[in-house]
Amino acid sequence: MSEIVHPLHRFIRPSVTHTTFCPGCGDGIVVQSILRAIDGLGMTMDDFVFVSGIGCAAWIPSPMFNTDILHTTHGRPIAFAFGVKMGLPEKKVMVVSGDGDLVAIGGNHLIQNARRNIEMTVLCINNGIYGMTGGQAAPTTPLGVKTTTTPYGTVENSFADISGLVIAAGATFVARWTAAHPRQLTLSIKKAIQKKGFSFIEVFSQCPVQFGRKTGLGSAVQMMEDYKKRAVTLKEAEKLSPEELKGRVVVGELLDIEKPQMLEEVKKMKNKAAGGDE
Amino acid sequence: MNDKRVRKGRYFMMGNVACAEGAIAAGVEFSAGYPITPATEIANQLAERLPQVGGAFFQMEDEISAIAAVVGASWAGKKSMTVTSGPGISLMSENIGFAIGVETPCVIVNVQRGAPSTGMPTIGIQGDMVQAKHCSHGDYEIIALCPSSPQEMFDLTVTAFNYAETYRTPVFILSDAFVGHMREEVTIPEPEKIKTVYRKIPKEGTDPQTIKGFLSEDVAPMPIFGRGFKAHVTSSCHDEVGKRNLIDISALDNYIRKLSNKILKHKEEITLVERDYEGAEVVLVSYGGVARAAATAASRAREEGLPVGTLRLITAWPFPGEEVEKMAKKAKHVIVLENNLGQMYPYIKAEAAHDAEVSFLAPKLIGEIQDPDDILQKIREVVK
Repeated sequence: MSEIVHPLHRFIRPSVTHTTFCPGCGDGIVVQSILRAIDGLGMTMDDFVFVSGIGCAAWIPSPMFNTDILHTTHGRPIAFAFGVKMGLPEKKVMVVSGDGDLVAIGGNHLIQNARRNIEMTVLCINNGIYGMTGGQAAPTTPLGVKTTTTPYGTVENSFADISGLVIAAGATFVARWTAAHPRQLTLSIKKAIQKKGFSFIEVFSQCPVQFGRKTGLGSAVQMMEDYKKRAVTLKEAEKLSPEELKGRVVVGELLDIEKPQMLEEVKKMKNKAAGGDE
Repeated sequence: MNDKRVRKGRYFMMGNVACAEGAIAAGVEFSAGYPITPATEIANQLAERLPQVGGAFFQMEDEISAIAAVVGASWAGKKSMTVTSGPGISLMSENIGFAIGVETPCVIVNVQRGAPSTGMPTIGIQGDMVQAKHCSHGDYEIIALCPSSPQEMFDLTVTAFNYAETYRTPVFILSDAFVGHMREEVTIPEPEKIKTVYRKIPKEGTDPQTIKGFLSEDVAPMPIFGRGFKAHVTSSCHDEVGKRNLIDISALDNYIRKLSNKILKHKEEITLVERDYEGAEVVLVSYGGVARAAATAASRAREEGLPVGTLRLITAWPFPGEEVEKMAKKAKHVIVLENNLGQMYPYIKAEAAHDAEVSFLAPKLIGEIQDPDDILQKIREVVK
């Protein structure tokens, strides 16, 4: 009998035999979407450098993806990715990390690089909790939710619209999906990879162990059903009142525009400095 | 090395500008930083000059991202540097540890200013000497060089890049506002006379699974990005191939020891000192700008017939203890001169006190360099 090998297995580092994700974690779905997008574009892993920070989602590429991986300090992957992209402009640079990494400790790097419109793709895996450290409140944890550091419920308003923040900061491609939308997510990742500019995708991803179990939202299946129930497309959302939109998650490609792109501007600057025309 | 990178000639040049020119001569391609007094002239010069030679300087949102970008660019294969002062180093500290953990060549220039905290930006102090060694958490070794003139801001910046590339590690230039803002003659030699080193990398086409790109005391070849080496780079505890290991304590032991031993094994090649203590009973030990006052005081003391010599530490880290010990064996009195409250003094004393009397002399006002008259008075006191 011949061995059955998954068609995307060639994208996985040979020495990796298992993932570190808990049963029911949404990050496995994100892995599939990233790899299907790369496969669908006819690209190889060697076309990419992946950069990640600290947290569960940072372990999506590290060490699993069979290419160059920079697994960095907490909150800083986008800043490291800036240097990688400037050094290797012909490579696709993709940052994969969580909401705590990219929006709490690393929030400034996210908005500053969106402003710069430097070409890179940032996937923000939003599980609304600090999973790796055992379920502490994140800036994305909804008001009142009990976590290990908020045993009486959180007392802070949460970041309800990270994508909106990134749009305001100046990104040129922004999409939002959930782990219950793997096909749509794959299509958006494809577009993000091809975007000549700062592309950002927020992915709601269930953490049944540290969020579902502790907050009473339930199992992975229940959490995904909740995502489906709450998700509303951009088009549908336009017809709904603010009241009706309360608690809903607007999904879809929220922005796809063109702006001056930093790498092009750097090229022009070098040309100017070397005495050439712009 | 082309002529555009090396501006051969004799100049009346500011130390900070000489530092930037040294970096460009050494082959820097990428620099990222954040404005801070008294280091800004280096950034300004790099911003103007780097694009002329195909590189670029980028102003980041903070020093944290500056060093992060420098490390990223270094893994992309570029010679990289950042320039800052003490407060910036404080912010960079975590990522300096990252650079050490994943063995990233880069140069970090600290033009020291009056501290702690915001302090006094335009006054030169040697206040960050121990910070350079210990700013990031955990056990590690670092290389740090102390220029004492604009000429050395050029020369030692070239050396810093060569050390960084040879030993795959961050290398500090520990200057200060005095040396950085000092204007003096600087000679830039012809390109052929400037030795430059580029890191060892695996052979093109090597099977990625066979590459041992980390944790060799003899410095592993660096599996830089974009060449198909499929490098897994993590500062979490890892093994020789870069595989993360967070459960085996012997892997942790290996990780910590190899990183340190890589530097310590090559300490002799890294150590640079200037010895002028033949026949001296009193030896003035100093570094950086203070060494100029020490040299003046020593020569005046000799004119008076006093047997005084000097030892100048150019390499501050790894601490050249053997050199200090060697000197102390020949001396009766060792006077340590620093523009601080005595940062290297305990290290020097530990090596010298077996063989000689060791004392410390700070400037009358911290932030001034010692007056040669005060040093002379101290010499007369110890030889009494």
